[in-house]
Amino acid sequence: MNTISPDRSGPLALFSQRLEGVAGAERQQAVAALQRVGLPSRRVEAWKYTALRALGQTSLAAPAATYDVMAARAVLDDVLAAQDTLAGLPRLVFVNGRHAPELSVLSEAIKVTFFVDTLRFGTAAAPDRDPLVALNTALAEDGAQMQVEAGVDAGALLLLSIGLGGQDSTFSFHPRHAVVLEAGARLALLCVQAGQGAYFHNPVTDISVGNGAALEHVTLQLEGDAAVSLGTVYANVAGEGVYDSFALGVDGLLLRHEVHARLGASRAAVHVNGVQRLGATQVGDMTSVITHAAPDCISRQTVRNVLDGHARGVFQGKVLVEQIAQKTDGYQMNQALLLSPDAEIDAKPELEIYADDVRCSHGATVGALDDEQLFYLRSRGVPEAQARQMLIEAFLDETLALIAHEGAQALCRAMLARKGGVGASA
Amino acid sequence: MSQFLEISGLNARIDADGQEKQILRGVDLSIPPGEVHVIMGPNGSGKSTLSYVLAGREDYEVTAGSVLFKGQDLLAMAPEERAAAGLFLAFQSPVELPGVNNANFLRTAVNAVRRARGQEELDAVAFLKLAREAAKTLSMAPDMLKRNVNVGFSGGEKKRNEVLQMTLLQPSFAILDETDSGLDVDALRVVAEGVNRLRAPTFSALVITHHQKLLDYLVPDRIHVMARGRIILSGGPELARQIDQEGYAKFLSEAA
Amino acid sequence: MPVATETKEAVEKLGQSTYKWGFETDIEMDLAPKGLNEDIIRLISSRKEEPGWMLEWRLAAFRTWQSMEDPKWAKVSYPPIDYQDIHYYAAPRSKAGPKSLDEVDPALLKTYEKLGIPLHEQALLAGVEPGEGERLPVAVDAVFDSVSVATTFRKTLAEAGVIFCPISEAIREHPDLVRRYLGSVVPAGDNFYSALNSAVFTDGSFVYVPKGVRCPMELSTYFRINARNTGQFERTLIVVEEGASVSYLEGCTAPMRDENQLHAAVVELVAMDDASIKYSTVQNWYPGDEEGRGGIYNFVTKRGACRGARSKISWTQVETGSAITWKYPSCILQGEGSVGEFYSVAVTNNCQQADTGTKMIHLGRNTRSTIIAKTISAGRSDSTYRGLVRVQPKASGARNFTQCDSLLIGDKCGAHTVPYIECRNMAARVEHEATTSKISEDQLFYCRQRGLSEEDAVGLIVNGFCRDVLKELPMEFAVEAQKLLQISLEGSVG
Ligand SMILES: Nc1ncnc2c1ncn2[C@@H]1O[C@H](COP(=O)(O)OP(=O)(O)O)[C@@H](O)[C@H]1O
Ligand SMILES: [Mg+2]
Repeated sequence: MNTISPDRSGPLALFSQRLEGVAGAERQQAVAALQRVGLPSRRVEAWKYTALRALGQTSLAAPAATYDVMAARAVLDDVLAAQDTLAGLPRLVFVNGRHAPELSVLSEAIKVTFFVDTLRFGTAAAPDRDPLVALNTALAEDGAQMQVEAGVDAGALLLLSIGLGGQDSTFSFHPRHAVVLEAGARLALLCVQAGQGAYFHNPVTDISVGNGAALEHVTLQLEGDAAVSLGTVYANVAGEGVYDSFALGVDGLLLRHEVHARLGASRAAVHVNGVQRLGATQVGDMTSVITHAAPDCISRQTVRNVLDGHARGVFQGKVLVEQIAQKTDGYQMNQALLLSPDAEIDAKPELEIYADDVRCSHGATVGALDDEQLFYLRSRGVPEAQARQMLIEAFLDETLALIAHEGAQALCRAMLARKGGVGASA
Repeated sequence: MSQFLEISGLNARIDADGQEKQILRGVDLSIPPGEVHVIMGPNGSGKSTLSYVLAGREDYEVTAGSVLFKGQDLLAMAPEERAAAGLFLAFQSPVELPGVNNANFLRTAVNAVRRARGQEELDAVAFLKLAREAAKTLSMAPDMLKRNVNVGFSGGEKKRNEVLQMTLLQPSFAILDETDSGLDVDALRVVAEGVNRLRAPTFSALVITHHQKLLDYLVPDRIHVMARGRIILSGGPELARQIDQEGYAKFLSEAA
Repeated sequence: MPVATETKEAVEKLGQSTYKWGFETDIEMDLAPKGLNEDIIRLISSRKEEPGWMLEWRLAAFRTWQSMEDPKWAKVSYPPIDYQDIHYYAAPRSKAGPKSLDEVDPALLKTYEKLGIPLHEQALLAGVEPGEGERLPVAVDAVFDSVSVATTFRKTLAEAGVIFCPISEAIREHPDLVRRYLGSVVPAGDNFYSALNSAVFTDGSFVYVPKGVRCPMELSTYFRINARNTGQFERTLIVVEEGASVSYLEGCTAPMRDENQLHAAVVELVAMDDASIKYSTVQNWYPGDEEGRGGIYNFVTKRGACRGARSKISWTQVETGSAITWKYPSCILQGEGSVGEFYSVAVTNNCQQADTGTKMIHLGRNTRSTIIAKTISAGRSDSTYRGLVRVQPKASGARNFTQCDSLLIGDKCGAHTVPYIECRNMAARVEHEATTSKISEDQLFYCRQRGLSEEDAVGLIVNGFCRDVLKELPMEFAVEAQKLLQISLEGSVG
């Protein structure tokens, strides 16, 4: 019944085999939505700058039931080696989309259940509107559902998603995560998406931040070099709650981090910051929709891109201020540094405003390294490559400083330093 | 007729972030024509609020009391009607008006007030002549007229610009809200001279200040001390000198 | 009551009474039957006594149009338009193309007089006051529904070598020029409305400024829609040769009617080496009443090609009218060091919708563009700035600066900013800034304390807000535009 004709549905055909076996009302609805609209082409405004061509031509299977434990452990060790303070944190490790209990360390302060057991989809996601989320809904294998009780400060949790692919392996996984912070609860969630080779990672994370609660959410995309990773996050923030997110895009063939944050009651705050550091033929896309649905809320967004080689960076940021959202304070800044003649940035910062008593602004800049600064450094004896590196670091520094969790910030800096060494001359 | 300005039992509050905050708690003050009165008082005592309420700022809600200005019910008038009636407020921190040319603004204001007072409006040439002269007397750089109202003005330039407006609008009652703060000695004299030039049997002023210095030039008639939203003490010019030397603390505890 | 609350209420009360150009001229019309098909296009072409190639061009455009759909991406909504329920040709019944003003129907001259547009050269000249000797007269082309009814100062212009005439006349008299450039900047199939326009355009202006000539006076065209159920599809083509320059003004008004009327124009500009074109628009088509009944649908394609090195095209627009505006005057910056500018004020009130902005396409080295867009929304209106800045790989040294500011008056309107920035050159610099705010209570109070009425205070602040754009307009237009801003927001306070 769930047939999908390859000619009309484009990349959706890659999933037709898996979609045929889908059971359950929610999943079938998602399949129906997919059949209606297909996976997005660049004619769809929200995907204007990012094509799914990187998914390839071959059918994508479900991940295998077993995995290479040694390889997974090596990835984990590599992450911990980059920032050793993380070793002491509780962690949840997923390999190819499935929970790997033998690599995980649980915490008392965080209640965790697994999607594979509950099959709970949550309510914030919009599979009708967002086709990749519909795909996730149809195919989700597993995921972590994390809950912090009222008033509890749960510290930090590492959520490590490992993808283990070969050079041209053809499988996809679609984790379904959820985070619930009850009133006054606090958590720093460090999502590290790391791996090797080719695979398609399509996580959906459904977040609810209660009254006066605060979630810091840092996502690092360190995916396999031929991997496609398209993550979608929905965050609903209640009164005086804070959702503070930061995404770092570094490794992977095609990366997209999409955030839908909704400020649902007054004095809530949302930060959607990020850095993309891309080279070679990488494409990285940071997309966000911040909806002010209540008065007196604050949103802040700073995204910086450093693009080398033939890389292409995409920034789409929409701030929507509903009529009720008087006294909104919204600020958004997107900046790009182009290091090579073949790099490209496409930016679409967008304001949609229906309330009059607001202060909203956005800015965007694109440019190369400043010749004068470069010259100044060199005239003081700094070799050119190092001078360039210094200026790139300086460009990213302020934005990285926005990451409150020290270990997470240090991990981001460490991963960027690795990239800088490789990418600087690319 | 009663006094020139008669404030009695004035209470005013503000709705700040959903909370009612009572600021003025029964201000009584009368100023006869031709006199310069001074209000002193610690920060936050309500001096600026009083000046805003007199000028008609709608954020402040008058909950009790009355203000008669030359026999008229001042509180019933719109801000521009008060301006036309002769009330001028030199703001403590004048707002910037981006894109609005200073000369054009001044001319529009002067003519609006002249119109309301039944005087003939000034044409561009006559106005510019007047404005340039006034600016010169206040030792303002001539290009201040060409710039946008208060945009990028230094603190001192803003204050001079307020005095320039006062000079051109010819009020019969001027309120100067800390117009002297942050000014150097020369600027201070310029401000004082601006007021003194207006002095006449039909002109009064209410000067809010913390410093004796300005009063040396202005020679005030009465000094009032404000605390927690009311006038707690009034006296002659010597009171200002006393406060300048001894601070407010003594007077506040005596009044309490 | 806070000032802003009063402001909002007053805006809501604002009625149609403020549209002062809403009268109708009673004049005998020559009207084509409603509907659009090849026969209608043949009829238009024959009325205009066009050569065969022109007819073929129109028919090709018509066939392209038939295969297209109207664009849906703009943030405007309106019921589907029945393109068969429109007259595509309406002309005052007199000999086509009057040769001198004496031949023009006096009722028409009256109309333009009422609009404040002097067509009598003598009267205009006499009106130039002594002492203001530097002020040059303005040459006017007046387009009434589908035809140009008068073009003034043609002789003076001809002496300088400048051609300024109705485009229908240019097609007959200067076919080589028209053939070379028509559709070269906006191809017929560029978009749905440009295809429609290419098929049925009736009149508009043609300007040709030869090498090295600075056009001795401002040129202007006044467009007037009068007839019922007609669309206006004008076509303007301006070609400025090497080292030459021109300043062109455009004004538009229409009667008040309950029905919506379609205006789908195409404007093409071509600037060669060191040439410069300044194109200013004060668009004041009837915006509809406070309930959103009636008003013009203004779907316009305007594009300029900076073909030559160091050429410059500058668009300035003040948009206060129309029920719906869909308009993106653009620059293709091909010539090395060429410059594109876009200065815009868009005011919407009541139920108006505007989706307007620009495209700056940087192709050549060291090309520069500046975008200053000011949006003011009041009533229940919706206004969107939509702009594209694209820097192509060869455009090293390209620079763009964009500033978009929106002002909201009342909480029932919307103001949106949708910039697209696409940069494929590392030696380019693009800067974009946008803000949205309301008129501050502090500013209003400050002005009122100095004796200004609330209405004047709002007018002053809004004009200040728009200053960077208004100062780009030629003097005469700037004054008119300021008044228009005030009128458009009239009653928006006390
Ligand atoms: N707009 C306002 N919102 C909230 N509080 C205010 C506002 N204006 C004045 N106040 C408060 O009222 C008190 C008196 O302020 P003000 O009149 O400025 O004092 P002064 O000028 O004597 O220093 C202060 O506590 C001040 O914080
Ligand atoms: Mg004060």
